[in-house]
Amino acid sequence: MPEKLTVLNPTGYPPKITQKQLAPRLESLDGRTIYLVDCRFDDSIELLRQVEAWFADNMPSVKTELVSLNNMYSRDDPETWTLIKERGDAAILGVGH
Amino acid sequence: MTLESKYNVPTVALHTEKFDRIVRSTTRVGGLPQAAFCFVPMPVMGKSAAELRAYVEGADPLSGRPLMQEVVEGLTTAYSPEPDAGGFNPRFVPAPTPRLVEPATEDELRQLFEDNNWTDFLPIVLPTEERVAAMLAATSHKPEEVVGRMQPTHNRGYWEYTVEKVAVNAVMAGARPEYFPVILALAASEITARSSTSSSAAPMVVVNGPIRHEIGMNSGTGAMGPFNRANATIGRAYGLLSMNGQGGSVPGETFAGSLGNAYTYSNLTFAENEERSPWEPLHVTKGFKPEDSTVSIFWGGRSTTFNLGLREQHWREHVHDMLMGTDQLTAPCLVLDPITARQFIDRGGFDTKDKLFDWIHETAKMPAGEYWDLQLVQNYLYPRATFGEEPFATKLKAAADELIHTFRREEINVVVVGGETNGYWQIMGTNYRKTVCVEDWR
Repeated sequence: MPEKLTVLNPTGYPPKITQKQLAPRLESLDGRTIYLVDCRFDDSIELLRQVEAWFADNMPSVKTELVSLNNMYSRDDPETWTLIKERGDAAILGVGH
Repeated sequence: MTLESKYNVPTVALHTEKFDRIVRSTTRVGGLPQAAFCFVPMPVMGKSAAELRAYVEGADPLSGRPLMQEVVEGLTTAYSPEPDAGGFNPRFVPAPTPRLVEPATEDELRQLFEDNNWTDFLPIVLPTEERVAAMLAATSHKPEEVVGRMQPTHNRGYWEYTVEKVAVNAVMAGARPEYFPVILALAASEITARSSTSSSAAPMVVVNGPIRHEIGMNSGTGAMGPFNRANATIGRAYGLLSMNGQGGSVPGETFAGSLGNAYTYSNLTFAENEERSPWEPLHVTKGFKPEDSTVSIFWGGRSTTFNLGLREQHWREHVHDMLMGTDQLTAPCLVLDPITARQFIDRGGFDTKDKLFDWIHETAKMPAGEYWDLQLVQNYLYPRATFGEEPFATKLKAAADELIHTFRREEINVVVVGGETNGYWQIMGTNYRKTVCVEDWR
């Protein structure tokens, strides 16, 4: 019978996770303003232009605003988030990876 | 997640399909596993308007449902988050880490370490209590002391590791106890050697000072290859510590490097050949004393150009061409055999590093239009330019045909290594990050 060994676990200690809540969802998108947020990664704005066109063709009552992040996707952008909070009802972010 | 939870704005995130598991594990770690997201095919980059319209009008490739239906539902009360039980690795619901692994036979433990992705899939030394204790005896620091924290990329959550955790990984790598202060110094840098970047980056570790000789590191012939236990196992320990200390480096979950990078087996760990260099050692350039023992960490390692010597007639043009082959996202670090280091002085009169760096900076230029059209520059530097960050903002004002500096002067580096079997040399695209004093970890 091979000997049993005791060894140490090599993994670090995980962070404490704070659970967050979703924002309340909208009853409907009719008449609402949706911000399309370009994350400035790998031509994401080009995809969002097509999302914008889709809303124009299929849900014309929805107003879309296409904006680009002020900096790289990895950096927080409170200016853009505040703009959306003040003037928009919802947001679509793209393209994440 | 910030827009959703901090600003209270209903949000749907569009991702490319390859990042399914990464998105799910990131939202869990971020405390918002119920976040609304959907997927489009990969890639988006370079696709025509018609192709992207087809993405939008088509189905989410993972769920099979119409993409825009998912988007609209995700923003409205029709949204029903997926049950919080994905079919992926439960390690991303972080649990307290036990100190010991359940006792088992050697074969069973080897299998367990592989199954848990705790290795680099080369054989390891099992970290028994006796071996770890021997490693710990090589430092004055207590086993429970926190050395640092790492994460694979932004927003993944920092994991902490102690002196004992570093020792466990050092044993696994096959390191001798006398190498341990160097490994602890690397751990203290808090720079992960297992970044999740899709670009597959690798560190480069340069050891300077008396410690090189104390532990028998190689700075001469074959220094960057697998010919010396200290060079090999210090770099490997750094990699294992990074992947395990940060809570994983698993393709598709905590690692997204498309190609991967073989440099990460050793993390390009070597000692500088200070004795044969015509210039001051790297650590002195970075503000340390010659008698200090240090580790310096670079980060990049995706582009490497190489050459032999410097020819009298066209050496300037040849170096220019190499610099144009260096990725613009990082910066050139010249890795020179001592023969070539002296040739740079003979050909260009660069008897100080400053003179060399000035010349490299002025030589590495390209038309602004060409520079800004690079996808790397578009992704990572153009946004910073439009935000007003210098020197990128000024570069952005240049006419398309105006030659602009490709790299920042202060980011250019040089390291001398090798055994003078010939004047071969490389330009590594890699950014200097940090130098840590080994003395602090003895």
